[in-house]
Amino acid sequence: MGMEARPKERAESASREITFLRMKGRRVKDILIEKFFLVNALSAILILLGIFSLLFTHAYPAMRELGLLEFFGSVVWNPTSYEKSRYGILSLIISTMMVTFGALVIAVPLGVGCAAFISEVASRRVKEILKPAIEILAAIPSVVLGFLGIVLVNPAISLVFGISHGLNALNGSILLAIMSLPTIISLSEDALRAVPKTFKEASMALGANRWDTLVRVSIPSALSGIIASIMLGMGRAIGETMTVLMATGNAPALTINFLDAIQTMTATIAIELGEVPYHTTHYHALFVIGLVLFVMTFLVNLVSDVILQKYQEVER
Amino acid sequence: MKRLRIFLCALLAGMAWIGGMIGGPMAQAQSLIQVKGSDSEVNLVQRLAEVFMQKNPGAKLAVTGGGSGTGIAALINKTTDIANSSRELNAKEEEMAKKVGVIPWRIVFATDGISVIVHPANPISMLTMDQLGKIFKGQITDWKEVGGEAAKISLYGRQSNSGTYVFFRELLLKGDYSPHMKSMNGNAQIVEAVKLDKASIGYVAVGYVVNEREEVVPGVKVVKVTKDERSEGYDPVKMENILSGKYPISRPLNQYLNGKPSGKLMEFIKFELSIEGQEIVRQQGFAPVQKNWMELNRKQMN
Repeated sequence: MGMEARPKERAESASREITFLRMKGRRVKDILIEKFFLVNALSAILILLGIFSLLFTHAYPAMRELGLLEFFGSVVWNPTSYEKSRYGILSLIISTMMVTFGALVIAVPLGVGCAAFISEVASRRVKEILKPAIEILAAIPSVVLGFLGIVLVNPAISLVFGISHGLNALNGSILLAIMSLPTIISLSEDALRAVPKTFKEASMALGANRWDTLVRVSIPSALSGIIASIMLGMGRAIGETMTVLMATGNAPALTINFLDAIQTMTATIAIELGEVPYHTTHYHALFVIGLVLFVMTFLVNLVSDVILQKYQEVER
Repeated sequence: MKRLRIFLCALLAGMAWIGGMIGGPMAQAQSLIQVKGSDSEVNLVQRLAEVFMQKNPGAKLAVTGGGSGTGIAALINKTTDIANSSRELNAKEEEMAKKVGVIPWRIVFATDGISVIVHPANPISMLTMDQLGKIFKGQITDWKEVGGEAAKISLYGRQSNSGTYVFFRELLLKGDYSPHMKSMNGNAQIVEAVKLDKASIGYVAVGYVVNEREEVVPGVKVVKVTKDERSEGYDPVKMENILSGKYPISRPLNQYLNGKPSGKLMEFIKFELSIEGQEIVRQQGFAPVQKNWMELNRKQMN
């Protein structure tokens, strides 16, 4: 502070006073800033709770009126039926799980492989080109991908599999894989890069080649990060709406064939919420779908958290 | 600290700006006529609105689609001035309109023949109404059952907010659509999907597949439809077939307003029904108002 050197006592005490006040002012400022950030942190939780309670209160009237069996015991979803409205969401749930699973089957090997290449093999110049390219991939709007699904993937699938059209679960899976790739690649790459150099050096010293080092040492050590990246990619795939809405055909029939048209939960909400009169059974039933979707993503996050913690413990 | 202050100022300014953006359009709302609804009608009404705005520099119209159901819901929620609808209001909607004090006022401004389209490579050129109903109900699943080459029929239809979806169902299916029908987001999407799919069949408003010279757009084939096996088949490509009612799946294209309009709104309706307006209808591939609906219009205008 440079105040101690003052010669006169009065000035000294005065300066002490000022310093004290300044300190006090700073402490108030500190507390205020701390509280400000606390409120920010809490607001995330508050918003989450708010969304959950909104979903639940809007979904509850339909559950009370129709019973849970109507939703989970039937595969026919047709609220605007000519004869009798049906609200079975099983086929919608299965459809969502199909495209998500399909997307992961494509994206995980591709994504982890790409991450391994970038972190272990690629030269610096290749890296400099690859990384921004992958980031640009993340910036493609979902509606553009959906459009590509219609005009590009659709005829390609029908050509390869010899079927009349390609608006099906496979199309959705391919597009969702493209969407979740950037997440999986960049987070997996971070995890692989964080593996201590000494691990690799030890492996090499024991006579392992680069491939063995990668598969037996680097990837297992980075596994928690890789799994987290996969889970985040999965979260992206489950909740994605526009792409699947455009590319999967939207036929609500129950199927487990990837070459059939399907209708996911998100697409159902997106299609029907815009036209449904408020506070009718159909309206509340759409919130039931939203609630189930919310619970599903919540579970995915919970499981990934548990896995992450387990692996971190093992590492220690 | 200084930074924080600047940040807070910027935040406040931002909020004020957003507030202004939200408040702004509401203040202008009076002079802007909102038209919303049917996807079958949207291109046609957009064209009508463009010409009307050229002739009346003071008038502003915003025409959007979304489906007949969406348009009617907007009319009931009082968020649109005109609801385009390719079907009539159902009982539920009338009841809801009554509840909120909206008095639906209907005019018919064009005639549509819902066109049944297939891939050009499909040898089928005519279907009965009964066959069409069975195909879309999922009771006929293979083209060979109606005389074509063996291939699983691939159905393309609209989503439930579409007036075309409802009208087609009431007239031909009298039951539910097959759950294997792919629900597309609009007429244009069905046309594009049918072009790519050799085993496809779909239904769209005639304006999406026929131009003003009575030619079918390339890439699709419009099939003839007959009332039953003994009658003659007609297609909606010739406007005359729609206008005379010979083509069996024709329907009036409606607009609903909240009560009899006045001012610019009324001028726009008058323009649509004028000779010039009906000529635009023709240019867009649709047929003008049929005689029996002119009667309704006359009654509504007086």
